[in-house]
Amino acid sequence: MRKIIEPCGFHCIKVNHLGVRFGEQVVLEDVNLHIHCGTLNAIIGKNGAGKSTLIRAMLDDIAHTGEIEFKDTKDGRMAKLKIGYVPQSINIEKNTPVSVFDLIASYESKFPVFLAKRKKTYEKVKKALSVFDAEELIDKQVCNLSGGELQRVLLSMAIMDEPNLLLLDEPVSGIDQNGMELFFKTMDYLKRHYDLAIILISHDLDYVAKYADKVILLDSTVIRQGTVREVYDSPEFAKTFAAQNLENWMGEGKEND
Amino acid sequence: MINLTSWLDYGFMRNALIAILIITPLFGVLGTMIVNKKMAYFSDALGHSALTGIAVGVILGVTDTTLSMVIFAIVFALLLNKISSMNTASTDTIISVFSSCAVAIGLAILSRGGNFSKYSGILVGDVLSITPGEIWLLVVIFAVTFLFWGVAFNMLNAISIHKTLAKSKGIPVKLIENLFAVLIALIVMLSIKWVGILIINALLILPAASSRNIASNMREYHLFAVIFSMFSGIVGLIVSFYANVATGPMIVILASIIYFLTFLYNRKAGK
Repeated sequence: MRKIIEPCGFHCIKVNHLGVRFGEQVVLEDVNLHIHCGTLNAIIGKNGAGKSTLIRAMLDDIAHTGEIEFKDTKDGRMAKLKIGYVPQSINIEKNTPVSVFDLIASYESKFPVFLAKRKKTYEKVKKALSVFDAEELIDKQVCNLSGGELQRVLLSMAIMDEPNLLLLDEPVSGIDQNGMELFFKTMDYLKRHYDLAIILISHDLDYVAKYADKVILLDSTVIRQGTVREVYDSPEFAKTFAAQNLENWMGEGKEND
Repeated sequence: MINLTSWLDYGFMRNALIAILIITPLFGVLGTMIVNKKMAYFSDALGHSALTGIAVGVILGVTDTTLSMVIFAIVFALLLNKISSMNTASTDTIISVFSSCAVAIGLAILSRGGNFSKYSGILVGDVLSITPGEIWLLVVIFAVTFLFWGVAFNMLNAISIHKTLAKSKGIPVKLIENLFAVLIALIVMLSIKWVGILIINALLILPAASSRNIASNMREYHLFAVIFSMFSGIVGLIVSFYANVATGPMIVILASIIYFLTFLYNRKAGK
């Protein structure tokens, strides 16, 4: 994988008093986060805790209160936060005539993809894919990719315009145990070798324990945050996941909220 | 022996041919995104709303009902977009409710005093009655569509793949979706007199659906959709002339045959 910039450790992202309501229902309330570049931050919580909603609010995809600021702690200057986003899955059914090039170029280029594969764009996409050793996928149909391949393609696209923050939903389908290990290793590599912070929604507490620098336990608001040990040993953690285990055991748990 | 160019001796056939040469590539191109964005039901409902648009025009005493149809369809399209983005019930149910309601209102008004037969032509359409003035209108909408496609296609494709992702890349999702809906409304309304309410959606969907069976990227998708659409249009017009059947249905029959052929090819190729 290709290296861009070393993390400087001086950038920080602050989420202040973020709240979201859907009509009468309060989904998120007074969420406060402080994220440093070069760290992997895992958001955990039971189903319906508002994990995906938090990501969508941070992307400005849904109406919310509160604010997100991005600061250089060295000189206190505020800057515009660039966010790279990796969705959990995309709407591509079987037989959809969209190649990997079409997918990425649609988001990254203005030149209409139905007219021609413009050489300049093609090279740019290929270069981005090479970060995750995915350049040979460029002319493949997206619907024929494996879960792991799609993940690499989406990651390549997310870091194309060198974001300060990478937001992602951990992949849950189409990825086996090896794939998960590789996914978390990639996250680890990214935070070490790029100047960005990562916020990851995760459902796998073992991998979080192994790789996360900071854990955020969410249930409508941040009920506990800190290092893996601090959160995992807390009574809030025990309470949240005792209930979740029971739910899963009864076959009612859904992997996504 | 039948003279194979004799059909071109008639002015109405030449006009019809020009109209088809304009409409079919438009339909092929628009269809690609209607199918990818799963809006087949949406465009169908829009076609049906033509009846209500005419009815509104009749009530208001407008002489040219095309205008009332276009305005009504644009309002209807934006309304459908708005409601389906509110996520209250499944989109197809909502569209179905609105579409049935619009059709019922249209039929009720137009059938007042037993006069519906006056309007029944719009159900099947008649491309042979198109006039040069009306062809110019099609040329304008043709230009508008290709301009829009050139500017907004990537954004539309991005939105159809993942809305939140598109938004995170700074794409104005709502604006583009509304413009697309308005464009579909415009094209459907301006061509419905020639194609007919009952089959207009088939013409929008079939070429793109056939193309999806064999295309593997966006270039092929558009190319095949346009070829299939124009081929069924031109051949359908000629066959309908010699077989003395309505043109619209003949075109749809050909487009359906192409769909089944590509479907079989796809199955066989194991794509």
